[in-house]
Amino acid sequence: MWQPSDTFEIPLDTWVESAIKGWLVPNFRDVFQAIQVPITVVLEGLDMALQAIPMPVFAIAVALVAWAVASRGLALFTLISLAIVDLIGVWTQTMTTLAMILTAVLFCAIVGVPLGIAAARRDGFEKGLRPVLDIMQTIPPFVYLVPIVMLFGVGMAPGIIATIIFALPPIIRLTNLGIRSVPEDLIEAAFAFGSSPRQVLWEVQLPLALRTIMAGLNQTLMLALSMAVIAALIGAGGLGLTVYTGLGRLDVGAATEGGLGIVLLAMILDRITQALGSDSPTKTPGFLETLKSFFRLGTPATSPETGRRVS
Amino acid sequence: MTDKIQVKNLSKVFGDDPDTALAMIRDGKTKDDVLAETGQTIGVQSVDFTVGEGEVFVVMGLSGSGKSTLVRMLNRLIEASDGEIFVDGEDLRRANEATLRRLRLDKVAMVFQHFALFPHKSVRENVEYGLKVAGVSADERRKRALDALDKVGLSAWADRRPSALSGGMQQRVGLARGLAVDPEILLMDEPFSALDPLIRRDMQNELLELQRELKKTIVFITHDLDEALILGDRIAIMKEGRFVQVGTAEEIVGNPADDYVAAFTQDVDRARVFDVQSVMKAPESLDPAQDGVADARRRLDELSRDALHVMRGGELAGIVTRRALAETEGNGDATLEDVMSPDAPTARPDTHLFTIYGACASGLPVAVIDGDGRFVGVVTPESVFDLLAQDNNTPQHEDAPADKEAAEAASVLSA
Repeated sequence: MWQPSDTFEIPLDTWVESAIKGWLVPNFRDVFQAIQVPITVVLEGLDMALQAIPMPVFAIAVALVAWAVASRGLALFTLISLAIVDLIGVWTQTMTTLAMILTAVLFCAIVGVPLGIAAARRDGFEKGLRPVLDIMQTIPPFVYLVPIVMLFGVGMAPGIIATIIFALPPIIRLTNLGIRSVPEDLIEAAFAFGSSPRQVLWEVQLPLALRTIMAGLNQTLMLALSMAVIAALIGAGGLGLTVYTGLGRLDVGAATEGGLGIVLLAMILDRITQALGSDSPTKTPGFLETLKSFFRLGTPATSPETGRRVS
Repeated sequence: MTDKIQVKNLSKVFGDDPDTALAMIRDGKTKDDVLAETGQTIGVQSVDFTVGEGEVFVVMGLSGSGKSTLVRMLNRLIEASDGEIFVDGEDLRRANEATLRRLRLDKVAMVFQHFALFPHKSVRENVEYGLKVAGVSADERRKRALDALDKVGLSAWADRRPSALSGGMQQRVGLARGLAVDPEILLMDEPFSALDPLIRRDMQNELLELQRELKKTIVFITHDLDEALILGDRIAIMKEGRFVQVGTAEEIVGNPADDYVAAFTQDVDRARVFDVQSVMKAPESLDPAQDGVADARRRLDELSRDALHVMRGGELAGIVTRRALAETEGNGDATLEDVMSPDAPTARPDTHLFTIYGACASGLPVAVIDGDGRFVGVVTPESVFDLLAQDNNTPQHEDAPADKEAAEAASVLSA
């Protein structure tokens, strides 16, 4: 049976190859190298700082943050998880992964929030942006690993760039959604009192969209973590590398250690950012209240919102 | 009274091609024709009005009549399609961005139907909002916000979130937010419609009280005719984008322009719209120093009344009725003082009729005494009843009881 490709085949592969190798790489190499600079700077700074903090100090600090934004239970969970991570011997890798994730999320936020705001303000821009985001979310990361290696080389920074491409869509989408779902009458009221569009954005739209934007940030964070192993394919380090190496050597033990580290890190970050995003009154007394209650003998810590006794 | 807001031939078309729609309207096509042929909706159609300084101008209409669109064109939250708007003589439709912002910051504030309070800001921050965007310093705006909250009686709630407040309180915050910028004009878009009837009545009274003190120019939108009649110095009845009738409460109720207005005003409690003056007849009285019982009988027959008031030295002394005179028949010595009953009901000329029901219950004519204690007229229970029983469906003329007596009464009042 005849099919079109018997007679003629579109040489898409050679076109793309010549476009990237023959035009993009030689002409824009400097541009792509320059893009890496801020990423590398932030990553190295973060990695150095995280590695320099002693494990117990870091674990307690994160647990306290978890307590302050969420609950005592999460603080306890954080402390135990980080202890396990250290006990199975992947602490250094975990800190590297954390530095990578934080860098990726930081740049996602820097790029994604303004894009989301722009999309919320202009329907045309949103229409144009939507297919791009669809492509970013559906295309398998392996497809763009090769051009990234060609343009950026191998190493940590290219790994983070791949992570950014993968993790960027949710924060753009949810920023857009958050700003669009601010009630129209509030925007109208803000304009009626003489606000400029910028004042409407900062005084009304962004504060009211904050919960949705935080949900987007949470999604972005989770996607970035899930890229840890794939980024290791092009030279990124950390837990991803542990898993990838284990895979290569059929070393199930090492892969499990790396995998467990990623899962625990993901759970801690997810719970903390979720708690940041929801402004429901804390069910258990916050860190400060509990501290104060230690000095007020006889009075149990109570939840400040309700004044009810916490069991 | 100088004109604060002047609106000429104002129209709004919702659609892509307003010029065609406007041309069709000018050719006498109806709103429905335009919608059928061009798919465009006429929101407001050739509306003219002026609002004087310190006046409360109420626009009353059912939903979809274009009243919310109209009020939003006055601060250009919605751009008009055609016509002119002047605020203090300044052409609003041609104002540039900066002028428009100044106008919204300083001169025109707005209160919304669903309050539109910012849920992420405290009550005080909400009230401060207009001042904040105007760049007023933090101390000053705090002071002015607390002043405004004081006016609406909510200063104790300054640090709470709006969600902690009841609907009525939230709308007070909305009102305080409008008042905090000390605007000359207040646009109120159905501010009390979302409130319970009892709270609504409270808020109406409170607004009237505030207005007595503040004397703002207010454009008030409502779908409730009773509210319009209570609050409005002048009322515009709006239907399908046009004004059907503009006038005072008495003009609207007493002389509806068409069946539509008549149908609306049918159930209105007329005693709350009309005052004592509108049914008052010329004052007639006897003076015990000159008139005797025989004079009283003669006067009653002449005037064909059943009772007459007795004035002693310019003061109301009492009332003489036919029945009392009949009882003294044959007693030649009886004086006016003997037959007079000293308790004669009185009323003020500017009070609404429902307040004199009690006075009317005696069946005697009510003496109308003005603020200076002068006897200016008489209201008979029958005349009150006549006015209440008037058929609303046949347009009446304001000067319906245009007999000599009423004219005389009016001239006494104005003297």
